[in-house]
Amino acid sequence: MIPELGHFALILALLVSLVQGTLPLVGAHRGNNGRAWIALARPAARAQFLLVVFAFGCLTWAFVANDFSVVYVVQHSNSRLPLEYRIAGVWGGHEGSLLLWMLMLSGWTVAVALLSRHLPDAMTARVLGVLGLIAVGFLAFILLTSNPFERLLPAAEDGRDLNPLLQDPGLIFHPPMLYMGYVGFSIAFAFAIAALLSGQLDAAWARWSRPWTTTAWAFLTLGIALGSWWAYYELGWGGWWFWDPVENASFLPWLVGTALIHSLAVTEKRGCFKNWTVLLAIAAFSLSLLGTFLVRSGVLTSVHAFATDPRRGIFILILLAIVIGASLFLFALRAPKVGLGGSFGLMSRETLLLANNVLLVVAAGSVLLGTLYPLLIDALGMGKLSVGPPYFNTVFVPLMVPLLALMSIGPLARWKHADMGAVLRRLTFAFAAAVVVAIAVPLLYGKWSPLTAMGVLLAAWVAGGSAVAIIERLRAGGLRAQPLHWWGMHMAHVGVAVFVVGVAMVSSFQEEKDVRMEPDDTVSVGGYSFRFIGVREAMGPNYRAMVGELELSKDGKVLRTMKPEKRAYLTSAMPMTEAAIDTGLLRDVYVSLGEPVGERAWSVRVYYKPFVDWIWGGCLLMALGGIVAISDRRYRMKKAAASAAIAPQGAPA
Amino acid sequence: MKPRHKRFALIGGALAVLGIAAALVLNAFQSNLVFFFTPTQIAAGEAPKGKTFRIGGLVKDGSLQRQSDGLTVQFVVTDTAKEFTVAYTGILPDLFREGKGVVAQGKLGENGLFTASEVLAKHDENYMPPEAQHAVDEAHKAARTVKQ
Repeated sequence: MIPELGHFALILALLVSLVQGTLPLVGAHRGNNGRAWIALARPAARAQFLLVVFAFGCLTWAFVANDFSVVYVVQHSNSRLPLEYRIAGVWGGHEGSLLLWMLMLSGWTVAVALLSRHLPDAMTARVLGVLGLIAVGFLAFILLTSNPFERLLPAAEDGRDLNPLLQDPGLIFHPPMLYMGYVGFSIAFAFAIAALLSGQLDAAWARWSRPWTTTAWAFLTLGIALGSWWAYYELGWGGWWFWDPVENASFLPWLVGTALIHSLAVTEKRGCFKNWTVLLAIAAFSLSLLGTFLVRSGVLTSVHAFATDPRRGIFILILLAIVIGASLFLFALRAPKVGLGGSFGLMSRETLLLANNVLLVVAAGSVLLGTLYPLLIDALGMGKLSVGPPYFNTVFVPLMVPLLALMSIGPLARWKHADMGAVLRRLTFAFAAAVVVAIAVPLLYGKWSPLTAMGVLLAAWVAGGSAVAIIERLRAGGLRAQPLHWWGMHMAHVGVAVFVVGVAMVSSFQEEKDVRMEPDDTVSVGGYSFRFIGVREAMGPNYRAMVGELELSKDGKVLRTMKPEKRAYLTSAMPMTEAAIDTGLLRDVYVSLGEPVGERAWSVRVYYKPFVDWIWGGCLLMALGGIVAISDRRYRMKKAAASAAIAPQGAPA
Repeated sequence: MKPRHKRFALIGGALAVLGIAAALVLNAFQSNLVFFFTPTQIAAGEAPKGKTFRIGGLVKDGSLQRQSDGLTVQFVVTDTAKEFTVAYTGILPDLFREGKGVVAQGKLGENGLFTASEVLAKHDENYMPPEAQHAVDEAHKAARTVKQ
């Protein structure tokens, strides 16, 4: 009964979103005559949210109560699965993760409905209307091709269990975070389309859109970082990024979204780059949809591609075509009427942010090319090939070098016209410090190479730039007067520096060994030695495990015992490697079990990974910076104050 | 500086970045595209010597041999028509099994032995790497054509 109620709620949600996606838009178009229709937008958004929450609750109930008459539950759960994974199992497969996507979309929509009291009603109606249309697309997709409530008659005895790789705390948090980011860009998109529809593409629009876009970006950053961390400890290969098409699918919207939050700053402060900002908003959301298409259509095969039902791929492809086609058509109609905004000198913060945008978008383009090229060649029947990580590294890294080099200069340069000589003089100390660090740090780790030094130099330079900015304000005594968004920006920039240190150090100084070990054998990497004690058997709730024991020591001092596992899950009979990791501020040591080779011997893989946690620490700082930035008071101004404060040309920074 | 010159400078800068990126992409493509060959294609001598490529198919039952160091293995990959021996040193992925699909990336030596630098496994028990599936399908297709 409850699954049917969930199904019914989804159908009602579709009807409500049809209303939400049409009448308020028409009402806003008719102006004063359309007030009654405009007023429908908020209640519709609330109703849609409640219905989707209810449907999601029904599916969760089916998992918790082990209702094995629902096909989706049979496919992704088992009565022996612990409760937390039964709940996370809701989004462990295709249908449920689409429902999660939909839940996020209606959550964002209702947040806009509740937090937009200071916006003109017509604008809110347009934004909610566009979001309603997106909801129509996704609800129709769920109901027509991927219904999670489908029954299985007669019911199964027990479920087939959740993929063991997904039975991990990483699964509980990674998809919701990532989806918050993906779907969050739909808000930036809706604001852009609403502005195009109304013809009011001005600084006020950029100010409204900014906090939403930054929030989405922060969630996406966290989601990607969590996915990378999960792959690091769960796949047992010790890597943190593989340039896998599925990873690229989430990275593309991040790159364009990063460009978008910077170009929104220019549009808000100076009123220029308006057309460009709108295009970026359209691109960021389209890439989120493309990511969904790539991951969910079965074009790519990986842990994320659950289904290979061609109808689903085609449906998303059509949705993608409609979204891109319609929004670009609207853009072509309206763009010529958009004013150019304030002029700026060749040496100015505007130019630097333009460079940021060009570099990020070109980088996104090169990643997109590498991701789609094999699919294209395959589709054309020209053979099978793959584009490996070396391609992405050789193209992506050189594009990031100038970006990082400009990152300290940008925040110190003035809008409109900047004296570059003066800016560079302010940064002399930061540059000198960065050079010293770049020479010293690799030497401390034993081997100096130009690439390592380059990475460390850029990271220190970026952090140094932020330090100079903060020290200058401290001297001027205005530190407390600095707005939160200023602090948020520097936090995110320092996050990038921390991330770059992690990448540079781990790729230069990591050590890896695959060895055959018998009890009492010792192997060492990076100054740490591991003594193999042995392997014993143990039982988990739904798996049998072989637990290895290794004694970790440094300089003859025993630090701890590490217990990597090799699990065999009972229902799916799937083997799984659980690595044992000793995490530290400056290094991780990592052990995973291979397979038994001979009587008491096992193959064992050991890693020494210096600074690897800085990679995710840096991402966390970036996301926190985003959250700090949107906490700024100026985004919460009342209606009257907001419209008075925003002059068409914007205020000086 | 005149606005017109300024615009030229900005557009020129953007084009320069694009140009550099295009050069990087073309250069990286040239050396990093990894082509895929089936055992039948390798038997027909289509695969390049000394260049990295991928092969795929099924691991032949009973063909896995482990050297005394415990880490070096040899196994036979088949597409049901032709066979091929692959050598690999390191820990095999969890889902590597005899009789199951596999994809290996590496180089073909002068002695006709394929030395893999990477053995790819995917995340699902029932899942067949698409390349391995492709190799078996092609072999079946060829067999059918011969019969007719």
